[in-house]
Amino acid sequence: MKLPQSALLERASFDTLLDALRRRGFKVVGPVIQDEAIVYDTVTASADLPVGWTDEQDGGHYRLKRRKDEALFGYAVGPHSWKKYLHPANLKLWDATRDAGAALRFEEGDTEKPPKLAFLGVRSCELRAIAIQDKVFMGSAFTDEHYRKRRERIFTIAVNCGTAGGTCFCVSMKTGPKVTGDVAFDLALTELLEESGHYFLITAGSEAGAEILKELPTRPATPEDLATADAVVDRTAQNMGREMPAEGLPKVLLENLEHPRWDDVAERCLSCANCTMACPTCFCTTVEDTTDLTGDHAERWRRWDSCFTLDFTYMHGGSVQQSARSRYRQWMTHKLATWHEQFGSSGCVGCGRCITWCPVGIDLTEEAAAICTVENSNTATNISEPASRDPSP
Amino acid sequence: MSASLPNTMPGLPAAPLVPEPWQVAARREETADTFTLTLQPTGEAEPMRFQPGQFNMLYAFGTGESAISISGDPSEGSSGLIHTVRRVGYVTSALARLSPGDMVGVRGPFGSAWPMEDARGRDLIFMAGGIGLAPLRPAIYHALNHRADYGRIIILTGARTPEDALYLAEQETWREQDGVEGHLTVDRAETPWTHNVGVVTTLVPKACFDPANAVAMICGPEIMMRYSAMELRKSGLTDNRIYVTMERNMKCAVAFCGHCQLGPEFICKDGPVYRFDRIRFWFSQREF
Repeated sequence: MKLPQSALLERASFDTLLDALRRRGFKVVGPVIQDEAIVYDTVTASADLPVGWTDEQDGGHYRLKRRKDEALFGYAVGPHSWKKYLHPANLKLWDATRDAGAALRFEEGDTEKPPKLAFLGVRSCELRAIAIQDKVFMGSAFTDEHYRKRRERIFTIAVNCGTAGGTCFCVSMKTGPKVTGDVAFDLALTELLEESGHYFLITAGSEAGAEILKELPTRPATPEDLATADAVVDRTAQNMGREMPAEGLPKVLLENLEHPRWDDVAERCLSCANCTMACPTCFCTTVEDTTDLTGDHAERWRRWDSCFTLDFTYMHGGSVQQSARSRYRQWMTHKLATWHEQFGSSGCVGCGRCITWCPVGIDLTEEAAAICTVENSNTATNISEPASRDPSP
Repeated sequence: MSASLPNTMPGLPAAPLVPEPWQVAARREETADTFTLTLQPTGEAEPMRFQPGQFNMLYAFGTGESAISISGDPSEGSSGLIHTVRRVGYVTSALARLSPGDMVGVRGPFGSAWPMEDARGRDLIFMAGGIGLAPLRPAIYHALNHRADYGRIIILTGARTPEDALYLAEQETWREQDGVEGHLTVDRAETPWTHNVGVVTTLVPKACFDPANAVAMICGPEIMMRYSAMELRKSGLTDNRIYVTMERNMKCAVAFCGHCQLGPEFICKDGPVYRFDRIRFWFSQREF
């Protein structure tokens, strides 16, 4: 297989890509505007995309704004992530029936064949997030069949980011903004808004992607086109909204489990769980058991859960993590430190969702930096003074 | 951390999230709040093979599921799947209402096991606090069934009161066997009591074992396990010869739900049995 193959597709021909996917039985899902935010839902034509829109993001802040052009992908990531398709927020695990003779029968609850979905507009950080959840659900002794059967039917059309969001920090996490060959995708797009026209550089990342690429009305990409596309991503990389302290973060965090900054962040954290719902790698779930009115039919549902809830660690006698301090610490040390030991990478991809969608604007990068810079400093006096939250560019 | 000892999960359940129906064959009251259920498979299902220390998820119809250690004999041909359960919440209270003939859902077995293989040729020290004796009992059965494989067997158990002491009659039959030394203690005794009074750690100096060639297996509240490990260390045991079993909230038992995490550990998959030196750091962190 000769990869990558690249070609140019005019904006005016963009819908031929959607047609090619539909011909193969894929339902295309991607960014659309709903409730004044860019979320993921069904896309039937390029006109469904947030054409000419961008987003303004900061800690606890998200607004849509018009762009001066008609870009299809001129924004960063929104509150949704692709996990809503691969790891549904609600899933029936099984049905149980109690017969007249008191016999008990269990039946698998998630029996439907999942749809063939084409994910349109997957960012580099999001490809990494999917790869991380692959490890969680398919990388250990047990495989989550509910995840696997959805995952194996996905076609991914990635997009190199042309705009950095105000809370993005993929550069410091080494997860973007450019889609690179060490993470799986089928096609990758770079949107080019040049004086010479509005077009896309398309690169195939798989056989299936290459096959579709051949069918599209493309023209060959010149070395200049490739350089122009690289320049777009380079510009994005230079405009990151945030930065995560890079070196030795897992060790620093685990050596500072009693750092006073945890008390400080607990004063601000509402334990609302928004960060974990928006996070593309957070995978925790709980189960809910229900019965119908006859009392002879029970169901078990699995739904997203969050380590920020008091119930999460409940055992006989109470919860292990009673304080907001301990729950924030659990989330952050898991995401940035112990995740390495469990799954061989950070649990953070630098997408910035947890910062944008935190109602009080708690900034993960700022909290990590605070613990790094005043390491082990129980005598520091000014650490409760939050650093500036202005985005850097 | 996949490096945790000892071996995990011999036969992986095919559909680990869907329970199998089992029938209650017998039920026995142990103490005021503790009971033992003996379960039989239904239909064509095979008896469950498990290793000492592993646990099952027991489902009370319409109520919910709890992680319960298996407390019966692990050897092939032993009759029934045995769990000793303490009534502490709504699921275990629902399990407590079951009687012979009733059905429960069972998923498992899950998790790591006591180091019966690595402990061969050594003295064994079992230390239990309260219902902690239940997850240790399969290991004790295994040791007694393979008597020649092990040195001295020391069984140290503690309970709050004489009425709370678990498997009292059975403990006596263990003590009567050659090469088995057993000591019991309670925190307080208001009824006649011929054994010790005090915390379980005070039993360690009474026991006769070779610290250079012994393995300890401890089950009880975390604070009891911590002080027990400290006491054993004083006697000359090293932390890599001490094993403990951990407990956290569990929903899935297969490391998907995240609830049972302790630092990098998924207690359901990497534990519940841990070599003490591998879990010691997290043992002393509050609210983890």
